[in-house]
Amino acid sequence: MRDRTTIAAGLIVFAALALFPVWWNIVSAGSGSPPELEIPAGAKRCVEDKAFMTARHMELLDRWRDEVVRQGKSTYTSVSTGETYEMSLTKTCMECHPDRDAFCDRCHAYAGVHPYCWDCHMEPKGD
Amino acid sequence: MGETRRGFLKKAGYAALGLGCGLPLFGAAALGERRARPRTPAKQLGLVIDVRKCMDGRVARAAIEACHSEHNVPFISDPLEEVKWVWTEPFERAFPDQAHGRAPEFLRENPVLVLCNHCSDPPCVRVCPTKATWKRRSDGVVMMDMHRCIGCRYCMAACPYGARSFNWRDPRAHLTDVRAEYPTRTAGVVEKCTFCDERLREGREPACVEAVRCVPGADGAMTFGDVSDPESEASRLLRAKFTICRRVELGTGPNVFYIV
Repeated sequence: MRDRTTIAAGLIVFAALALFPVWWNIVSAGSGSPPELEIPAGAKRCVEDKAFMTARHMELLDRWRDEVVRQGKSTYTSVSTGETYEMSLTKTCMECHPDRDAFCDRCHAYAGVHPYCWDCHMEPKGD
Repeated sequence: MGETRRGFLKKAGYAALGLGCGLPLFGAAALGERRARPRTPAKQLGLVIDVRKCMDGRVARAAIEACHSEHNVPFISDPLEEVKWVWTEPFERAFPDQAHGRAPEFLRENPVLVLCNHCSDPPCVRVCPTKATWKRRSDGVVMMDMHRCIGCRYCMAACPYGARSFNWRDPRAHLTDVRAEYPTRTAGVVEKCTFCDERLREGREPACVEAVRCVPGADGAMTFGDVSDPESEASRLLRAKFTICRRVELGTGPNVFYIV
């Protein structure tokens, strides 16, 4: 058993490499906690309730996109409040959430998703 | 009396023959039914362009400028990569079947304003594999869904008017003044005129028509309207004046008309 130290060192190196994702997340703490949800100042409520918007806003936007572009519709009636809204990312959504960094990118960066909305669409210019 | 083997085979043969002759008829009837299904849209928006009133270069410039700035169409000077929604063509290229050597000089020498013809039977729509382009039932506009375009360029090959442009590179690099209200495109999608569907939604007329209206002396150079409605201004013009269309012999049914 003269190789005991070599084997132990090898095992440690192996464990360190294999567990890299675990300890890297612990070491680089900060990026590990989800970003705080920012509530737009001045706006009372969103198109749908918070839980729905957090979980399924992308589905809503996809639906809006198809209905506006392909079916020529323009208004959306909220399921939760019954109010009607214009189906527009840059007009309706960004009226209350004007800052793309705060309301889109922070969370998307954390979740590691890369929506391509902004490849074409633009943030409305600041008033 | 029992059925003989010979008799049975005979009857089976006749039955097969009868079916063989009858089925194509049924098939044709079914096909005819499919064809006869109303494919014509509820209305058909069209444009009547008065070539004489567009001879002043300012008219074409105003139309192109208004359209391209409104829709963030990039300016790329290389003709192989250029993007255009409305542009000018020499008469003999716009109307290759009409341009003869004795045509009036004003026709031969002045470029014609051309754009997507929003055809009644658009070949681009037939070939699109993703339905990113389609003929809108409500008003006959040949629409584009940039979200769905995969950039295969079949539509460009199919369009006999060259009305479609492909984004070979990121168009934002070629835009000096980006208008935030209208999206740009990305590299890898095809784009074209949509008769300003975003304006039609608000009850406004296309940007080119509106811009040309403001050019002094160009009154009536472009008339936009429902060409299927006999009461519309465009229809009235079409009845009153002799008009030509680009490449009618191809059967695409263009809806941009030229008063010559």
